[in-house]
Amino acid sequence: MSIIVSAIGQGLTWGIVGIGLFLTFRILDFPDMTVEGTFPMGAAACVAAIYSGASPLVATLIAFIAGMLAGLVTGLLYTKGKIPVLLAGILVMTAAYSVNLRIMGRANLSLFDKPTMLKNHFLESLPPYFDSVVLGIVVVAIVTALIVYFLQTNLGQAFIATGDNPNMARSLGISTDAMQIMGLGVSNGLIGLGGALVAQNNGFADVNMGIGVIVVALASIIIGEVVFGDLTMNQRLIAVTIGSILYRFVILLVLKLGFNANDLNLISAIVLALFMMFPVLEKRFRIRHTLAKGMTKHD
Amino acid sequence: MTEPIFELKDIVVTVNHGTPEQINIMDHVNLAVFPGDFITILGSNGAGKSTLFNVIGGNIPVSSGQILLNGKDITSMSVERRTRFLSRVFQDPKMGTAPRMTVAENLLLSEKRGQHRGFGPRHLKTHMDKFKQITSVMNNGLEHRLNTATGKLSGGQRQALSFLMATIKRPDILLLDEHTAALDPQTSQELMTATNDQITRNHLTCLMITHHLDDALKYGNRLIVLDNGKITYDISGDEKDNLTKEELLGFFSDIEE
Repeated sequence: MSIIVSAIGQGLTWGIVGIGLFLTFRILDFPDMTVEGTFPMGAAACVAAIYSGASPLVATLIAFIAGMLAGLVTGLLYTKGKIPVLLAGILVMTAAYSVNLRIMGRANLSLFDKPTMLKNHFLESLPPYFDSVVLGIVVVAIVTALIVYFLQTNLGQAFIATGDNPNMARSLGISTDAMQIMGLGVSNGLIGLGGALVAQNNGFADVNMGIGVIVVALASIIIGEVVFGDLTMNQRLIAVTIGSILYRFVILLVLKLGFNANDLNLISAIVLALFMMFPVLEKRFRIRHTLAKGMTKHD
Repeated sequence: MTEPIFELKDIVVTVNHGTPEQINIMDHVNLAVFPGDFITILGSNGAGKSTLFNVIGGNIPVSSGQILLNGKDITSMSVERRTRFLSRVFQDPKMGTAPRMTVAENLLLSEKRGQHRGFGPRHLKTHMDKFKQITSVMNNGLEHRLNTATGKLSGGQRQALSFLMATIKRPDILLLDEHTAALDPQTSQELMTATNDQITRNHLTCLMITHHLDDALKYGNRLIVLDNGKITYDISGDEKDNLTKEELLGFFSDIEE
């Protein structure tokens, strides 16, 4: 039971990372690799801030800002420096590794005896692992509500239009450069925020914790899309978090089969590949048809 | 004599500068556009029609010369700033609309063309009646598809939407870049008729590139022909009204009807 609760908690926390990536991957149509650097950057900034005496809440906000700044750099390299966005992201991701080591002063930092957002009377009074579920729900709800509101504003619509058809956006006077820089900034801010929460959940930050993050975040997005199909924009945002939780269940299942934690990145990649191939596989093996058949009574 | 609303003065655009392939794709072009002018533009491929529009829109910088709007120099104004007075419909129906956004959302975006977009709510619902009324003018069922994603529309509907988006907020200058060329003949004629209605009724100032000699003769008060980056013919008024297709064909031999 507690292992399932723990998976839900992790799914919610990683849902924020998924929502962050959704802004670039789905709305702007960018393959943004910066996330592999901003996720540990958020963790590092948060832990370092807590070490220097900041309250966990402030430290978490600092993580958002740190991620956002890195995203802004990617945005500037892409829009003003005319570097392809994939490469711009890889450059910032690579640079972030050194920056993260500078921030922490070493490869990893423990939060063992430090305050975190999970260490308060209310959350500690809950049954095991429910603390991260409650915190996850609160943060995901706030983030989702803010993004939903933003996308319905005039600026948010200009942002969506930029991703949908940049030529049209420019011809309507929308500064696509500004929209893209903003999108990369906010996206990576959210991913930094996710990194900060994961670090507080796990009790440490590690300079290598970014490896594979993009695959996990993509898996959340893709699983949500495959499971729920056609949705409105707002529903899609919520589907990302649900996809993130489902992904945790899949991982849980695979670990139960006898794989160990060292295999996680391999498993993540395979899970994502399978879900991304779903439309092809479905056509070939008529999966939905078979599933539907399996659900009906024999007559 | 009224003052021109828009002027190109001795515009030169040079490409491959400093190489043996150096060429002026815009070669000392002078053009004065007057309020209410509806100018049809003809020219063979590579004559400079698209370059002309890109110069007006600010998409390509000029090598020399001056662009004036109401007498003010806007030669170095950015593409985004120019959208405050300029709107454009492209040949490709995919160019002018956002495919994953609905018809109404597209219209709402275009209503704020060239304006600041902030954190205020977009108020889509309060615009629906107005959008229904505007779209019904096109006579192609667009008004029943306001909540449909634009990517699911037919090419004709999509292009009609592009046209509405370019005119919903009155532009000082409207650029139509062969906007009916990608459509089947019947849809093309319908959109052209609707276009002409809108332009004449609202006294819009418009430049329209076309490949159809008939359209170039039938519509507008002025006709110009481009060749090798130069304006070779520029006729208007009665002279244009009396122009025959045969005479027009004589202007240039290598353009296909």
